[in-house]
Amino acid sequence: MTGISFDPFHSVFKYNQWVGNMSAFYALLFTVAFSIMVLGLLYKIIQYSLVPAPLKIPVTPAPLTKSGVVFRLLKEAVLFAALFRSNKWTWLFGWMFHMSLFIVLANHLRFFIKDVPLTLVLLQNVGEYAAFTMFIGLAGLLVRRLYVARVKYISAPSDYLWLVLLMFIGFTGIVMRFILHTDIIAVKEFSLGLLSFNWQALPLDFPLMVHLLLVAILMILLPFSKLLHIPGLFFAPTRNQVDNPREKRHIASWAADMDSEKNKMQP
Amino acid sequence: MADFETPKFREYPIVPRIKDDAMAGDGPFISRPEFDHDLGYPGELPEDWKEQTLDKMKDLLGRYRSLRVFMDSCIKCGACTDKCHYFIGTNDPKNMPVARQDLMRKVYRRYFTFAGKFFPKLVGAVDLTEDVLGEWYNYYHQCSECRRCSVFCPMGIDTAEVTMAAREILSHVGKSQKYSNQIIQKVYKIGNNLGLPGKALNGILEDLEEEVEEDTGVPVKFNMDVEGCEALLMTPSADFFAEPHIDGLIGYGKVLHELGITWTVSSETSEAANFGLFIGSYENIQKISMRIREAAIKLKVKRIIFGECGHAWRVAYSFLNTLAGPFDFLDQNYPVPQHILEVTYGAIQEGKLRLNKEENDHLTMTFHDSCNVARASRMGDKPGGQFDIPRAVIQAACNNYVDMHADTIKDATFCCGGGGGLLTDDLMELRIKGALPRMEALKEATEESGVTNIAAICAICKSQFTKVLPYYGFEMDAIMSVHQLVSDAIVMTGSEQEKDLDGIEEDTEEAKSTG
Repeated sequence: MTGISFDPFHSVFKYNQWVGNMSAFYALLFTVAFSIMVLGLLYKIIQYSLVPAPLKIPVTPAPLTKSGVVFRLLKEAVLFAALFRSNKWTWLFGWMFHMSLFIVLANHLRFFIKDVPLTLVLLQNVGEYAAFTMFIGLAGLLVRRLYVARVKYISAPSDYLWLVLLMFIGFTGIVMRFILHTDIIAVKEFSLGLLSFNWQALPLDFPLMVHLLLVAILMILLPFSKLLHIPGLFFAPTRNQVDNPREKRHIASWAADMDSEKNKMQP
Repeated sequence: MADFETPKFREYPIVPRIKDDAMAGDGPFISRPEFDHDLGYPGELPEDWKEQTLDKMKDLLGRYRSLRVFMDSCIKCGACTDKCHYFIGTNDPKNMPVARQDLMRKVYRRYFTFAGKFFPKLVGAVDLTEDVLGEWYNYYHQCSECRRCSVFCPMGIDTAEVTMAAREILSHVGKSQKYSNQIIQKVYKIGNNLGLPGKALNGILEDLEEEVEEDTGVPVKFNMDVEGCEALLMTPSADFFAEPHIDGLIGYGKVLHELGITWTVSSETSEAANFGLFIGSYENIQKISMRIREAAIKLKVKRIIFGECGHAWRVAYSFLNTLAGPFDFLDQNYPVPQHILEVTYGAIQEGKLRLNKEENDHLTMTFHDSCNVARASRMGDKPGGQFDIPRAVIQAACNNYVDMHADTIKDATFCCGGGGGLLTDDLMELRIKGALPRMEALKEATEESGVTNIAAICAICKSQFTKVLPYYGFEMDAIMSVHQLVSDAIVMTGSEQEKDLDGIEEDTEEAKSTG
């Protein structure tokens, strides 16, 4: 596979030129989208870290140790424990979607690793069906959003669009995997090329172009949207604080200014 | 009776249908400027209210990680939508926790996020108008900051944090609530929420001493402003005269007397409650808390013990060390501060209290977990001690105890309907309707398990139940203090009760060990 030429004199056929331009567009799009996602997330994570939590507000019963807090957060991140307690249907669809998405993402790692490790190869056997469970999970959430009056009431257009966007991403993925196969060797050349800024031609199949375009949109919008729940989950003081206020005095920066010891009566 | 209907018990606790604007309105009485000024607020809507509202919001977004993160992280999954007692009781969709948060989130998105600035319709962002501010005032005073929704939120979003921030912002543009601000002003000027002056308080305490001595023959002291006692007792001022609160206070007095712990209340700081929490004002929470430090120093005590009060215990347990500490001048052998239930429970465990359970045989008790104790504090040294310790004390004082339905107790407990600064007559409709889920659970326990009475450890719960129980067909004195049960069962050394039980001639020591 050769690199993309931007020199119009070397592109004999208009088709080749189109392939080159589109490939370059996608390569640029992905580079930009990925950068926006990473920088945007970093910005939000730094922002969340810098804003102090002035008071101890863990929702109790809460763990008494740091390792207990790690366990509590993992239980939420991996099992969606609170949601399970709250609503079994939402949990079922939500958990199915997220876990499937993780498997699907893990499967996509092979596009970015030259020699795919055995674990990923093995995962692929089960993994290719994760797209279906992901789609079913999303469909369940969409039906719930449309037909449960309470959930419909709190939904903005963007809430539906996110589900639709993710469903289309899943759907185009399924189409490529099971119906209209794409040249995945070429796709891998393209994605490996992205990593080294050595842009390669992309097979311009329609499902692939839609799939990648939607993924790029998702990455760009992520730091500006409710997808910020990904870092947000770990920053909730209600869940990430240790329950030890009597044993350990908790002081946040701006609150410390108000706490100047000289203003305090001393025995 | 006011012009609304008490909700009917539902046959099954199904999720209610939404009824738009069921609780639309102007909200509780607006504060008066003179109360506001004492608390550091302008007391009227300034001309540039819009800028000031947004400025304050920006300020709080930079000061509270909770608010900062919670504004972003809601995924609108709907998990919380059927968890709020005010939604269940009123059907107003704006009382669904996420919708309540959204009142602020929509404004946040409009002015503080890229998506809301450029695509407001897409993400449901709205302009800040006076109507929006009015809606904030109305619906942020239909939240009792009980945190039940946060237990069920996959992101851990606590609506109480949003409500507190909203109230703090509203206060800065002259829209404070009269009830809370007037009470805080009384705390600053007189020393307690009820405006009970020292002289009156002293009279009450002297009466209590007489009454207890008459009943038991034991001279139990109810000290005020006595220097050099072992402990400062911080208790809600309702404990000094309201029923059933005062029976709890008598219980603390008897327990502390029996354990040989001398104690006093402070006339200047005769209030455990901290309404600064309700209005979300760090400055006022701290100012109110600091009085406790000062009273402890002035009265030269070694320990601080808190009486039965829900949010007071939250502030005491979770915030006092931060706000008014360090407390290195107190006896470090005891937790600072300590809950009276921790004292009583510890003494029961060590066999230091003799309780004659038969005194309470006419009762079948259940226990209402007060929201702020259950979800925002702890007792003892194990997570969940705030559930186990009160139950253990009740069961040590009473033979018959049954829990209400598992979905309505411990960390899933329903608020009494009057917490968070809503225990005011101008919110009576909300209070009655908000009590529905708790009343249903109580009804079930009375019918299926023969429960006769319900105990609580919060002054607000006790007052609220006294008011709402009759609306739902219960006796108003079905609500009791936990230490009221202790008070009725305790057999103090040298008391009439001890003589009755043991006979005058018998060897009391021997009888005690079998008691």
